[in-house]
Amino acid sequence: MSEKRTIDARGTFCPGPLMELIAGIKQAEIGDELEVLSTDEGSANDIPEWVNKVGHEVVGTSEAAGVWHVVVRKTK
Amino acid sequence: MKILIVGGGMGGTILANNLARRLKHELKMGKAHITMLSASEQHMYQPGLLYVCVGRMAPDELYREQATLLEPEIEFHVDPVEEFHLPKNHVKTKSGKVYDYDIIVIATGSRAMPESIPGLAENSVNCYTETAALDMWRQLKGFNGGTVTIAVGVPHKCPMIPLEVTFVLHDYFKDRGILDKVKFQYTYPIGRLHSLAPVGEWAQGEFERMGIHTETLFNMKEVDGANHVIHSEEGTQKPFDLLVAVPPHKGMEVIEKNGLGQNGWIPTDRHSLKMEGHDNAYVLGDTTNLPISKAGSTAHFEAEALAENLAAVIKLGEPVRDYDGKVFCFIEAGKDRATYAMFNYNQPPAPKAPNKAVHWFKMAYNQLYWASARGLL
Repeated sequence: MSEKRTIDARGTFCPGPLMELIAGIKQAEIGDELEVLSTDEGSANDIPEWVNKVGHEVVGTSEAAGVWHVVVRKTK
Repeated sequence: MKILIVGGGMGGTILANNLARRLKHELKMGKAHITMLSASEQHMYQPGLLYVCVGRMAPDELYREQATLLEPEIEFHVDPVEEFHLPKNHVKTKSGKVYDYDIIVIATGSRAMPESIPGLAENSVNCYTETAALDMWRQLKGFNGGTVTIAVGVPHKCPMIPLEVTFVLHDYFKDRGILDKVKFQYTYPIGRLHSLAPVGEWAQGEFERMGIHTETLFNMKEVDGANHVIHSEEGTQKPFDLLVAVPPHKGMEVIEKNGLGQNGWIPTDRHSLKMEGHDNAYVLGDTTNLPISKAGSTAHFEAEALAENLAAVIKLGEPVRDYDGKVFCFIEAGKDRATYAMFNYNQPPAPKAPNKAVHWFKMAYNQLYWASARGLL
């Protein structure tokens, strides 16, 4: 059964939200969703760029109170 | 109050010593007791392995007897924990002994896992263990030109290593007079040259000056040793004559076996360093699942904050501060230049241009480390 997991990378600069997502994706099962929380505005661009290149799926991106929420589904 | 520290690396050692000084009176009066359980009687200065790789340090310079680093009041055993029974406040060790506690701190560290990428272990070099560093040095000595490809797995210990190893190798080949026969290819998992954007921007200029080719968004998928090619998850590939890896890391097996955290990373509160769901269990350094640097520096500053808090809990009944995410990383930018990055949860780094003075300070810190481990620096 698919799961949804949150990666809380708020306020962190190293290794960074995208690095955390990449590590998380490796551990996840196909179909799982991972929601990355980031206070780094660049994440809203960085994460979809990587997800598209690898071939996973961006489910949604939103921003609330300075925190970006990027939800990614592992597809392969 | 019995405090049990599991792990004798940087985090555990600084914590134990700092705590022993803060609780000198309580330890003397028998009101507090500190025990450390470690898997080794030796303590290694891990950043020194970078110098071993290029023949600038011998491995025996990196070790001290762990017992000599600890305050005399600390009870120390080389007896690794095999079973954690957190609800019962005790652990069971390899020797079969049971140690009970009032507070436990888990600082078991992490390990490089080159075998987690198909073909990587057999076809690459790295600087994460003494054996690997010596193998890298031997392979470098026999390397007389060709393509050196740097490949980076996630997560990995010491976020500065991908840059440092590139800079250090560049100067190593320059000193040997064969730099013109070496082509460097630096790859990195995300869309810039380092996870810290300011560090990545600085590295961009340095790499352009040094003629180092780069490819970002490159995550290792598998290594084809027969054809000397590494393939990425993104569908690209890079040839190599020498493949320098920063392998993916995992936490220690005992953590996963005991169900404390996936891949050996324990879910940890970023400010209190408490293990999630436990009031008397804390986590330090690489062992946490926190999205911050897996580095000795992180363990160092976490240990200082936790020592202050645990001493306060014993003396005052309450912790007195939050860990603020502080990290300080030296960045060796070659054989005689270095810079640094300092940051926390709220303040991003702003690395300056490298210079010789910071390199000399790093050289001094390689020795000062032992004072740091003793909790003096």
